[in-house]
Amino acid sequence: MTSHATTADPRGAQSHARAQAGARAEAMPTLPPSQAQDLPEGVSGADVVWDEVIAGGGYASRRLARGTRLRLIDLKGEACVSLLLFNAEQPAERLNVADTVKVQWNAYLEPGRLLLSDMGRALATLVEDTAGTHDAFCGASNRASNGRRYGDGFNHGAHPNARDRLLLGAAKFGLGRRDVHPCLNLFKGVRIAPDGATELQAGPFPLGRHVTLRAEMEVVVVLANCPHVLDPRSDYVVSAVRATAWRGPTTPSDDPMRNASPEGLRAFLNTEDYYLR
Amino acid sequence: MSIDAPTLDGAILHDEIVAARAPWIRRIATGQTLRIVDLEGNQAVDFLIYNAHDDAERYSAQDTIAAQANIYLRQGAVLRSNEGAPMMTVTATAVAWHDTIGGACSVESNTLRYGHHTKSQHACVENFLLASAAEGRTKRDIVSNINWFMNVPVEADGTLGIVDGISAPGLFVDLRAEMDVIAVISNCPQINNPCNGFDPTPVRVIIAG
Repeated sequence: MTSHATTADPRGAQSHARAQAGARAEAMPTLPPSQAQDLPEGVSGADVVWDEVIAGGGYASRRLARGTRLRLIDLKGEACVSLLLFNAEQPAERLNVADTVKVQWNAYLEPGRLLLSDMGRALATLVEDTAGTHDAFCGASNRASNGRRYGDGFNHGAHPNARDRLLLGAAKFGLGRRDVHPCLNLFKGVRIAPDGATELQAGPFPLGRHVTLRAEMEVVVVLANCPHVLDPRSDYVVSAVRATAWRGPTTPSDDPMRNASPEGLRAFLNTEDYYLR
Repeated sequence: MSIDAPTLDGAILHDEIVAARAPWIRRIATGQTLRIVDLEGNQAVDFLIYNAHDDAERYSAQDTIAAQANIYLRQGAVLRSNEGAPMMTVTATAVAWHDTIGGACSVESNTLRYGHHTKSQHACVENFLLASAAEGRTKRDIVSNINWFMNVPVEADGTLGIVDGISAPGLFVDLRAEMDVIAVISNCPQINNPCNGFDPTPVRVIIAG
């Protein structure tokens, strides 16, 4: 670092602040995102609209256009991404986890599954998934649950909780406590035993597993990367996740995932109907 | 069939029949018990609760499931808020388990599950919205709910669905308030799946304490 004579006056403080230019951190966005590296085959840097490494314990929120693909990579095998989705135009419409599992007659996410809104529309499609361990049931950690496990769960401390992280991500779009709805957890999985018990799939997992979502509506996505609420470890273990989004076409009428089930097709019909204007 | 329910402690403060297909909303003070009786059997009772003093704190199916590490609500289950606090406890029930993963039926989800010909049918979210609107709450306040007397098994491959119920006429659930709450019921009007035996019926609600 450059040494500074003083930060006692504005010019000195300016010089001190500007000396940070070019500094790197593990968790940071790529700007402009067209400079993002290691893109999927066939994706041009010019189409990338967001590239960011989100810290373990961190969060991000972003508006994504219809057709945008969002890839999340569990870089080091310990990511746990809690996800909220809103219709960006009218955020009273949001992801409905109960409808997502009920309408599709299945508890587990896999490629082709839709993330459904509470208005009967497809908000997003899970188009790729090399992880296969996700959770629609256990939701976000909160200040109290992190306090019991780690001693504290404050955002300003070493053990941020997922609920408060989601709240901050939502707040950046003017949303509040009433908007932090039930979430999906990606990369740490929960399976349901015959007696109803929740069985955590906590790893260890290989590095670099990823999921790709396709936005079927103009959405606000909120991501919180915090240890799973059922993670039994007393240490706060969570590693960085990379989010990369790029432009893509709106789902065509012959898309196999659009047409894979009668319920899903009706969700797409409702979405397409919404965009008639 | 005998209800075989324990005697409720304290005075009976309220006793009402909730008509088939109707909403219901009521404040319940800390320590009071709400009893819901499935009068005719296998009548899903969709249920939400809010902290009476801060209604941005409300029932959270996910926090409830995570804290008990089980998706089913059985006797002893603690119903938790989105901030992890106990809101009510299932102090007694004659039904082996109840559902909290299936959510509420809505006009919109009915179009997905059954087809667009159901769009004019009444649904639980309509009841929740109208009941809560009277107190200033809106669609943003509708979250994943409880379905008393409803049966949603999850098979090994994840297949799940609302199937024939395990309740019967006169069976009940007792809920003790652990904080001052606003309880909202939608006496489910669904006629396209077995949650009400394809025939919505009245339920009885009793508050004691």
